[in-house]
Amino acid sequence: MQSAIVDNSTETRMATKPPWTVYLHDYITTVDHKKIGILYILMALVFLVIGGVEAILIRWQLFWPRADIIPPKLFNQLFTMHGTTMVFFVGMPILIGLGNYFVPLMIGARDMAFPRLNSLGFWATFLGGMIVYFSFLAGDPPDVGWFAYAPLTEKTFSRGIGTDCWATGLLVSGVGTIAGGVNFIATIVGLRAPGMTIGKVPFFVWTILWTSAQIVLAIPPLSAALIMVLLDRHLGAHFFDPQTGGSAYLWQHLFWFFGHPEVYILILPAFGMISEVIPVFSRKVLFGYEFMAAATMGIAFISLGVWAHHMFTVGMSRPMEIGFAASSLLVSIPTGIKMFNWLATMQGGKIRMDSPMLFACGFLGVFVFGGLTGVMLAAVPIDWQVSDSYFVVAHFHTVLIGGTLFATFAGLHYWYPKMTGRMLNERLAKWQFWILLIGFLLTFGPMHISGILGMPRRIYTYPPDRGWDIWNQVATIGALIQAPSFVLFLVNVIGSRWWGKPAGNNPWNAWTLEWATSSPPPAYNFNEVPVVRSRRPLWDLQHPEDPDWKYEGEHA
Amino acid sequence: MRRVSSQQDAEEFRLSLRMEANRRSRRLAQGMELGVKSLSNHLLGCLAITALLLDPSNLWGSESPSIFDPATPQATSIRSLFWLVILITGVIFVGVEGLLAFFLYEYSRKKSDPNAEPAQVYGSIPIEVAWTAVPTLIVFVIVMIVVRIEYEVKADAETIPANSIPLRIRVVGHQWWWEYNYFEYDGKPLSMTTANELVIPVGEEGVARPIMLTLESADVCHSYWVPRLSGKTDLIPGRVNELWFETKLAGDYVGQCAEYCGTQHANMLLHVRAVSPDEFEKWLSDQASPAADDPAVAEGKKVFLSETCVNCHTVQGTPAKGRVGPDLTHLMSRHTIAAGMISNTPENLRDWIHDPQDIKPGCLMPAFRLESSKMDLLVKYLGSLK
Repeated sequence: MQSAIVDNSTETRMATKPPWTVYLHDYITTVDHKKIGILYILMALVFLVIGGVEAILIRWQLFWPRADIIPPKLFNQLFTMHGTTMVFFVGMPILIGLGNYFVPLMIGARDMAFPRLNSLGFWATFLGGMIVYFSFLAGDPPDVGWFAYAPLTEKTFSRGIGTDCWATGLLVSGVGTIAGGVNFIATIVGLRAPGMTIGKVPFFVWTILWTSAQIVLAIPPLSAALIMVLLDRHLGAHFFDPQTGGSAYLWQHLFWFFGHPEVYILILPAFGMISEVIPVFSRKVLFGYEFMAAATMGIAFISLGVWAHHMFTVGMSRPMEIGFAASSLLVSIPTGIKMFNWLATMQGGKIRMDSPMLFACGFLGVFVFGGLTGVMLAAVPIDWQVSDSYFVVAHFHTVLIGGTLFATFAGLHYWYPKMTGRMLNERLAKWQFWILLIGFLLTFGPMHISGILGMPRRIYTYPPDRGWDIWNQVATIGALIQAPSFVLFLVNVIGSRWWGKPAGNNPWNAWTLEWATSSPPPAYNFNEVPVVRSRRPLWDLQHPEDPDWKYEGEHA
Repeated sequence: MRRVSSQQDAEEFRLSLRMEANRRSRRLAQGMELGVKSLSNHLLGCLAITALLLDPSNLWGSESPSIFDPATPQATSIRSLFWLVILITGVIFVGVEGLLAFFLYEYSRKKSDPNAEPAQVYGSIPIEVAWTAVPTLIVFVIVMIVVRIEYEVKADAETIPANSIPLRIRVVGHQWWWEYNYFEYDGKPLSMTTANELVIPVGEEGVARPIMLTLESADVCHSYWVPRLSGKTDLIPGRVNELWFETKLAGDYVGQCAEYCGTQHANMLLHVRAVSPDEFEKWLSDQASPAADDPAVAEGKKVFLSETCVNCHTVQGTPAKGRVGPDLTHLMSRHTIAAGMISNTPENLRDWIHDPQDIKPGCLMPAFRLESSKMDLLVKYLGSLK
């Protein structure tokens, strides 16, 4: 692509500004980790809008009991696509995209370990999304729910092409995700700057490492299960068809063996971003890095052994139920350690409430609530009541929006100046935060109550005599309040790209290596490979009389 | 703050910082202890308000099937566990949010010299150990309580009270209705089938009447959930699950399928009618008798038997033996049709047979669109199935 620009400039008058096709060609063929990161983020934002519109339609239908706005089949297709989109084509890509952009920068590397594999990873994820959404063009989106319980996915019950698109799309995007995971591990293990031992990586890098480990362990079982579904549907296999000796129950185990680590794949990088933002905006070093690091590993390991807590109502044996309840409750301990360490980092600091910190504090305040309702769900008998009810819907949206989304916004606001060289507009960012927070609380707060009042999830309508109307109406209003906050964000992201204040190399006065290079960073990131002696190399540079490396790891 | 002249001074300064940090954290711990006590008082007040809100009879006068309004010992056990966990997590929640708000206020940059960096505290092993150990203890306690409640609630020979008269029913989930086979009551075998409305006897002082459900599915996964009676249990094809509860409170209990099962998952409603033992036994003997055979509706019966109705529906004592749809032998004893969606009136029945897709789009019963005279006869015949 370099030559394309050169050719162009010699033969036309547009010597300084090549036509847009050159940029397009550049982005499509790129193997630069920063451009691939941006592609991931842009793809995720487009799907975020699509998934958001689906959510609004769902909420619209549920505003009145027995409403007749969206027909049942379409409603079921909408919630299936909403869940699938948000998990596979928004959550994971945006986190992998941020990781792609910042992991090499933060460890002082010039690119990912395998740039071509990196490109393959993005395009496979993108193709997967296209295949799943092709089902809309084919006139039959999947309506099996995002966890697609067998035997609903068998040909007998889903005759159309939707389920095939769903399974094939996730299979293909899974290949991309695994490629990304492998690449992160190789990059973090092999390409750290001289002096940056594995115990000195920035915390975001550490969480990406463990997320990648989970990706490599959890996605292959899903891929295998999806292949089994496709074999059932097209080659007459009977893995999940009980009529012919298959097991519907087996699918649940296979899916959740992927599905539960998946939610930690979505939350660990969020923890990582929070652990970058809180120290910088409190002007303090991260409290208890070693314990935080150990807690991350703890979560990564424990989360591989908790999957059956999604299945407390299937009639498991008592020892299984108690075992999985205990392991699920155990996850709350490392998560709690993180929460306390973040608070301790803020304690005694000088807190600056810029937009990244605002989102980080929103994360702390909301995520703790989602974590605690998680404790309720892990207590088996409570789960018998609230499982598959709106209480669960409220719980996981609280952890995914309050957790992953708020943290991602913290990260995006924190790193946008590095990616573009321009600052985001703080006023718009603050409006966005408060509108999102209020809308979020109004949407998902009432869902806890409708769940407790007996409303199951995934129903396209409900009888008028259940006392659920008011809670659904508040939730729908909340969703409508949330919507403009995303518009503000997109306006801010697009507008600031051209009209934002110039950022300079290190606008937040932060301490990790990505802030040592220009904004946006040049191709290959660093002119000289930096030498690192502590977890905050830029602090050491700013405070040569009192560098971190004198104190790290010696506290008692 | 961090400006120090020599190496040695730096060490001393570092030491003093650490001591200050320790002092602070100790003060913090004491403060939290006091705070928790007064908070727990406040929290009880908040809980009372929440309880008022969650009790549907106080609120809208509706019939919410609230899990906080249990009618069986099983659902009551779960409610008490829920309150306990809400209390424990509530204290943690208020503590964390309070601390967050306090820190944001106390350490706001505006309050101090904005240029100097604050003291850097890298961590503290004793503090980390403390906030690992305390949650571990809490988790341990919750697990113990969970085990206890688990034994209280789940089906098990020894949890079923002695001196009880069990009613055993096989529940089969279908897309999108419920089949009930009553097969044993008071030790005596039964053989009768009904659909969508479960009628059960209440227990009395000294005599429990546990309802033992065997859960199976004819097609995809479903889940049986009547919140005021018990937690949910799935109906999974190829597996047999069990669920039991008992109640002393007569009344109507509603619920619905809680595992997504396809297009009309939303309208797979559950109705349970708990009645006195006498009333139940009368109902049982009515149900066990063959279908009414009223000569006045013989014409309608002919329509019923000559149309494809019989492929899917059963009417005991006639050649209609289909098992794909609900058993219609005593259709008129049911209050609703279409799995609880609409009330069982002749007009509704007529509309339903004319085109079920209009009422319940996607359901598996085709539209009949009979000519009006035939429809009159058919509805009259069905109306005779008392």
